[in-house]
Formats: sequence, structure tokens, C-alpha cells
Amino acid sequence: MSSAIKRGVSLYSYQNETFQGRMSLEDCIRTSAELGAKGIEIIGEQTFWGWPEYGAADADVETWHRLIKQYDCVPVSHDFMLDYKRYKGREMLFAEQVASVKKDIDFGARLGMKYIRALVSISPDVLVAAAPHAEEKGIKILIEVHAPLHFDHPWIIRHAEAFEKSGSDALGFLPDMGMFLFSFPPVWKEKFMRLGVPKTIADYVEKAYEDRVLSEYVILNVQQMGGVGPAIAMAETLRHNAAFEPKRMLDHMGRIHNIHGKFYQMTEDYVEPSIPYDEIIKVLQQGGYQGYICSEYEGNRWIEDAEEPDSVEQVRRQQVMLARLLGEAEVPTIKTAPISVAAE
Amino acid sequence: MMDNKMIVEGSLQSVDGGFSFLGRLPYYRGLGLSMIEDIQVTVDGEVQPRESVRFAVRGQTYTLDEMETVYDNRWNFGEKATIIVLNGGLAAGDHTITFAVRYRVSYLPFVPTTKDTKELALAA
Repeated sequence: MSSAIKRGVSLYSYQNETFQGRMSLEDCIRTSAELGAKGIEIIGEQTFWGWPEYGAADADVETWHRLIKQYDCVPVSHDFMLDYKRYKGREMLFAEQVASVKKDIDFGARLGMKYIRALVSISPDVLVAAAPHAEEKGIKILIEVHAPLHFDHPWIIRHAEAFEKSGSDALGFLPDMGMFLFSFPPVWKEKFMRLGVPKTIADYVEKAYEDRVLSEYVILNVQQMGGVGPAIAMAETLRHNAAFEPKRMLDHMGRIHNIHGKFYQMTEDYVEPSIPYDEIIKVLQQGGYQGYICSEYEGNRWIEDAEEPDSVEQVRRQQVMLARLLGEAEVPTIKTAPISVAAE
Repeated sequence: MMDNKMIVEGSLQSVDGGFSFLGRLPYYRGLGLSMIEDIQVTVDGEVQPRESVRFAVRGQTYTLDEMETVYDNRWNFGEKATIIVLNGGLAAGDHTITFAVRYRVSYLPFVPTTKDTKELALAA
């Protein structure tokens, strides 16, 4: 049985390779397409040099459309940033922020996207004011619900209420699966230990996370165990991460249109040790979700001090897991070498 | 992220009145130049004055003070900018360079500074 849920990749996942110029846009799109992850999400200003300060070149946008067509892919989302601290010493005014969002709506439409992603720090009033323009352009603006925020947080509830009151269906949510962090990620623990956290403290924090102990107690206990510097930082990750429940998405399914398949590590046997994808898929199927889950690999920054990340292999493993959980018969496989330029 | 890839290996050169190397912003998206708050270069343990630093991309060169009000140019994702230090020049041979960038990110509840240190050789 195949599922109505579709697979995609946020090209953010390949950042370690694209940063170094080792994978081209074509390498990223072809690799994702070969894995059967036909939905392509980008951070506009990562993929298109110039955006937004001096604009994306027409030739680059033409290349984008050519590659999307050539590899039979679907543009899903342009993740925009809205740098409201662009001016030193003052935040952008309301009208400036709305104008900036409208520019990103236009850019999303130029790329053929269905959605643009708003960062969670943006005020609901700004998004509501931009919604009519989004409707005109056939775009939905999705606010990314990302740890430490979650669907029961007052800030997100304020967005949900503002969206309902606006009456616009151009406003919605893009949940990041990192908010359902049910175990302390092994790659985090290993990095903190490389930074000098004693094993006794690292083991304690990991166990306290399993036991769902309140972050402030964990921080105090680590201090009393003699923890300093990186040990405190390790404990403080509990302030920004928690095992919220996937089922909390169910109240909002009508406005959830895209999903960030965040992951920190995929093991050789296709398991994400810290995020419960089996449960997540069940909830999404129960809620009748029919959009994309886009891989979002974020383990690179946790391992790069010790080894060169292999983003493509990590994405491949997650896509194998997703295909399996979605009941697809075929195992996603890469057919063409994904890296066009050797490491520096 | 990408902290250890900020300084481009083998990029140290002499320029008129100083030296230069290639530097990348350790960030997943690049940033408009007005949000680069400071670039600090340390050579063999000696911090170079802010006034001596120049930043150049795609043929445009800026002082750090000028960059603070540049709204129509950016340091793109992975882009190798030329970091110029007008210190009068460096002797040929190996030098320890530390390159630290402080940048303002709208959504972060703090202002990060990220740095990279590498041994670079200057040809005679």
C-alpha cells in the first residue's frame, strides 16, 4: 500500500557539500529525484546567490526550472528569512516587514513554489497583512513550528488564532519534527564529550532527558556535579528541546501543508535514534496529511569537528526509512555519483 | 557550522600595504553585509586594528564601518570573500591566522561570533 504522503528533500540537508562547491544544484536535485524524493524545498538565499539583497539572476532561475523539469521534480517551498534586524540599532517597522514578505511571496511564485516558509519569530500580524498578496499569487505562507516552540505554546496559539480570524487559507503551519525529540541525540552527547564533558555528567544528562526531568533541575544538578562550560551548555540544550507529542499536530491538520523531516543522525539500520518517525507517520496518516515530508539533515554541525559529514548518505538512509514507513515497495537508491567535486 | 572551513587553505597572499586571504561565512545561508558587525583578524597572536581590515566580494571593497550600511550586497552562502589587512605586510613563511566574524541574525536571541584558526604559508 502506498501513502498519500509524499517524500521530498530540503536542499539545506546538503549544506556541507554545497557550501564547499562539491555538489551543484543539479547534483542536489538529481540525487533527491533518484531517491524518489521529488519534492524540492530550498532556503532561497542559500540556493540563489544575491537573494534578497541584490536579487536572483534570471539565468539561475531558468536553470532551476530546467532542472526541476528534467528530473521530474516538484518545487515545494522557498524558506525565507526576513532579516528584521537588517538595520543596526532598530528593527524593521511593520510596513517594512510586510513589504519584505511580499517580495518573498513574489520570489516563491517565480520559482513555482506552493509555499513559502516563515521563521517562527515573525509576528502573526505581519503574516496576516501579507496574506491577501499570497492569495493573489497562489502561495501559502507557512510558519515553521520549531523547538523550543510547539503547538501548545502561547506564541503558536496566537498565530493559530490570528490565522482563523483572518479567514485566509493562505496562512498555515510547517512543523519541524525536531520538536518531537524523544531521546537525547547520540551525536549531541558525543560532541559534548569531545568538548570535555565528563562521561558521568554526559550520562546523567542523557538519562535525565529520558526521564523527562525539568531542564532547570538538570542544569542545577550538573552545576552541583562540578559541571562547567560545555557541561552546562549540554544541560541547557534541555531548555530548547523537549519530547512534545506528535499527536498535538492533529488539531491543526487543516493548516499543516509541509513537514520538515528534521534528523540528526540515521544509523546504518535506518533508524533516527532521537525522533520517533514511526509514531509521527502514524499521526500524519491519522490526520489525513497529503503533503510532503522534506528531509532536513542537521547532524552535520554536530559531527564536523570529528569527521567530514556525508550528507547524501544520511539523506539516503532517511528516505529509505520514510519509504518503508509509508509502505512503498521500492527501496530508494542512488544511481549516479552525487558528488561532482572532491573535498578540499 | 562549517567553522573549520572559514579560512580557505593556501589563500594567503601579499597585497599592496598588507596581506589577504579568502574567508567564508560559517552560516547556512549567507548574510546581507549590514549584518556583519565585525571581522577580527589575528596574526601570530597580534590582533589587527578594525580600521586596517577590508572586505571584498565580486570586485567591491568595503571598510567594516562602510559595510554596516550596505543593504544591496551580501556575503553569499559559501562565497569566498577576500579579507584584506593593511598592516604594512607580512614576512614570507608560515603564519597563524585567526579569523573571527560577529554577525547579527534576526531570529537568534544572541549575537554569535565564530572563528577559525589556520596555519597559512606566505610565498617569498
